[in-house]
Amino acid sequence: MPITMKDLRRAGKFVMPGNAACPGCGALVAFKLVSKVLGKDAVYVIPACCTSVIQGPYPKSGFRVPVFNMAFAAAASTAAGMAAGLAALGRGNVRVVAWAGDGGTYDIGIQALSGAAERGDDVLYICYNNEAYMNTGIQRSGATPPKAWTKTTPTGKAEMKKNMPLIVAAHGASYVATASIGYPFDLVNKVAKARDKRGFRYIEILSTCPTGWNYPVNKTIELARLAVDTYVWPLYEVEDGKLRITMRPKRRPLREYLAPQRRFAHLTEEDVRALERAFMDRWEALEKLEAAGRIFV
Amino acid sequence: MATNVIPVSLPEAGASGETGIWRVFRPVINKEKCVKCWLCWLYCQEEVISEGADGFPEIDYTYCKGCGMCANECPTKAIEMVPEGRGNSL
Amino acid sequence: MTAQASRLAEGGRWDIITANHAVAHAARLARVQVVPAYPITPQTTIVEYLADFIERGELDARYIRVESEHSAMAAAIGASTVGARAFTATASQGLLLMHEVLHWAVGARLPIGMAVVNRAVGPPWSIHVDHQDAISQRDTGWLQLFVSSNQEALDSVLMMYKVAESPDVLLPFMVCLDGFVLSHTYAPVNIPDQGDVDSFLPPYDPPHWRMDPDAPITYGNLVMPDQLYMEMRWSIDRASRAAKDRLKEISTEFAEKFGRYHGSAIYERWSQDSDYLMVASGTLASEAEVAIEELRREGESVGLVKIRLYRPFPGEEITELAAGKKGIIVVDRSVSFGHGGPLASDLRASLYHAEDRPPVVGFIAGLGGRDVRVRDLKAIFRSAKRKISEGVDRVSYWYGLKVREVGE
Ligand code: SF4
Ligand code: SF4
Repeated sequence: MPITMKDLRRAGKFVMPGNAACPGCGALVAFKLVSKVLGKDAVYVIPACCTSVIQGPYPKSGFRVPVFNMAFAAAASTAAGMAAGLAALGRGNVRVVAWAGDGGTYDIGIQALSGAAERGDDVLYICYNNEAYMNTGIQRSGATPPKAWTKTTPTGKAEMKKNMPLIVAAHGASYVATASIGYPFDLVNKVAKARDKRGFRYIEILSTCPTGWNYPVNKTIELARLAVDTYVWPLYEVEDGKLRITMRPKRRPLREYLAPQRRFAHLTEEDVRALERAFMDRWEALEKLEAAGRIFV
Repeated sequence: MATNVIPVSLPEAGASGETGIWRVFRPVINKEKCVKCWLCWLYCQEEVISEGADGFPEIDYTYCKGCGMCANECPTKAIEMVPEGRGNSL
Repeated sequence: MTAQASRLAEGGRWDIITANHAVAHAARLARVQVVPAYPITPQTTIVEYLADFIERGELDARYIRVESEHSAMAAAIGASTVGARAFTATASQGLLLMHEVLHWAVGARLPIGMAVVNRAVGPPWSIHVDHQDAISQRDTGWLQLFVSSNQEALDSVLMMYKVAESPDVLLPFMVCLDGFVLSHTYAPVNIPDQGDVDSFLPPYDPPHWRMDPDAPITYGNLVMPDQLYMEMRWSIDRASRAAKDRLKEISTEFAEKFGRYHGSAIYERWSQDSDYLMVASGTLASEAEVAIEELRREGESVGLVKIRLYRPFPGEEITELAAGKKGIIVVDRSVSFGHGGPLASDLRASLYHAEDRPPVVGFIAGLGGRDVRVRDLKAIFRSAKRKISEGVDRVSYWYGLKVREVGE
């Protein structure tokens, strides 16, 4: 039974109001939705990332779930230890969640993530991807899209981004999915699926960021939806080795997604076309993977 | 026995203070237009929208940060973002 | 407790094993619940033995074959946060790679156990013993205990779990044993009975905090300068000092139960009736014990202080023994570049306020596994006596260099 609005409204509240998130923070919307689906029996390890700050300062916390703040590179390894410890103590019912940003996932944390994925540790790894090091004030990461302005790419990022979910899928993880806070029901149902599986599960959530992307704060959800609708952020899942695209919206012009974001303000018409091509290449590759059947084995 | 000072934090509203004071615009719900779809509730990052006694969404202005996501997503445009003025207290 | 003679334990069984094997037995007897493991010479056989124990069903623990030492320590931290007893082992570069998360284990107040098989650090590559790896972690807040026999390695892991898990301590510990000299050398070891260990070391039940869905807390979020950050660090310092008192009690308790006493923060011999004291750690200190025996036979008046606990530092204990001495000789198996030997400088600092403060002369010896034999330690003693009468002009002198020290 898919999760509905009714189910969500009945679910617990794990985000406390008055936390330190920026107004319009997509990461917090993601955390709110994920925590509702996972419910009470979950523990979270959070490496250095925006969420380290979002919780608010000691001695209070903006989260009503057990949270362990951890060093940057160590989300997956710490979570692996927690899962082993819980299993040893006979508390295997408790879900262990690694909640990390894109820097902690694509870059500094990829080794520990790869190890945990390869071992099949009983961890739900969630990367909330806001496409740069936002907590340190907007520096490019392996997840930053090409051409995007950041403080370390002042004329725009020269490179494409890593295809992280597919990298994880290639490890043979028991579940891999992409999600967007702009499609919340697709998101929560993927989280529910991951919750009910064991082994290493990975969900990457596009978490729009008004501060780092420089767009009006009220557009957080709208842009997260547009990222999917312009095929910049395809929604798919990988299960039993098979990739399935879960959302095929009618494609909208990339310009609609880029225009509100000042990080793309310097783009020429030609840049936009090149970018559109690059994203469509990735989309077409995904469709080929989908057609290929059981390939992540 | 030494006194151990161990930094355990407890969940509490207002971990960063009364974040309502961050607000530049205040979301105001027009109950005439509201169809109780709860999308505003779904997207509100701050969990400050709840069901009021009258069954309509109600906003806790002590903590609402005024991001306006609720207004932007409301399908009937029932939420208006009103500038916070001097006479406009919490 | 001053009884130093070990009597044969009544229980347990005897075996001739390496210190690495002894450490693995200790972890098994401590009923560790999570073992993140990553191999590095000369630690490797510890995690191999543990894999065997677990797969043969002799130890009920989860074994995580991590992909690096950073992850080994992070996983140990994760396990400890949910209330499991965690154990790992490493050496040299592995310990250095852990450095960041070593601090984390202390800040989170997690009584994780670790064996550090001391090995020189690169480059150039050297797999042989010195203490640079462990000494470089001095300021992380880990309790650091150096052992000098296979039996002491086993017994110390058991004792240190009990120290570390004391409610007024709650700090992780490393038992440091010399690479190859102990790790790969066979010696008779008494392996205690599980029942005796169980009655000595109860299961770990965190008294301070844990990751528990029934009582959600957040650990380690931002602390502002006007909040309790300094007090938390102060509290770690207090806890570390408390560990020294706990070790004193627990070594006595252990001796009563198992019939073996290896010393507490320090181990001393002939210290009362000697003019000089020789101070060292690890197997270098055992070698010094033999050298001192010979020196005493030759008419020299010298006693031994083995520093077992390096952090917390046994400054008070040494100050007490130092009173009235003509001089103290410290042999370090590591160096703080641009200053001198870490043991020597810590010891000097501890003595500063003593009314009766003998001269201290340090030597740096045995780096990268360079052999330090009885005759070397005797030469060090004679050279020290000379330097003390002529005047000591630095923290530590290098011993046994194959190049001439500039200015010598
Ligand atoms: S303005 Fe933002 S914080 Fe306030 S109710 Fe709307 S969505 Fe929630
Ligand atoms: S989104 Fe608009 S219509 Fe829906 S419940 Fe909120 S205010 Fe009412």
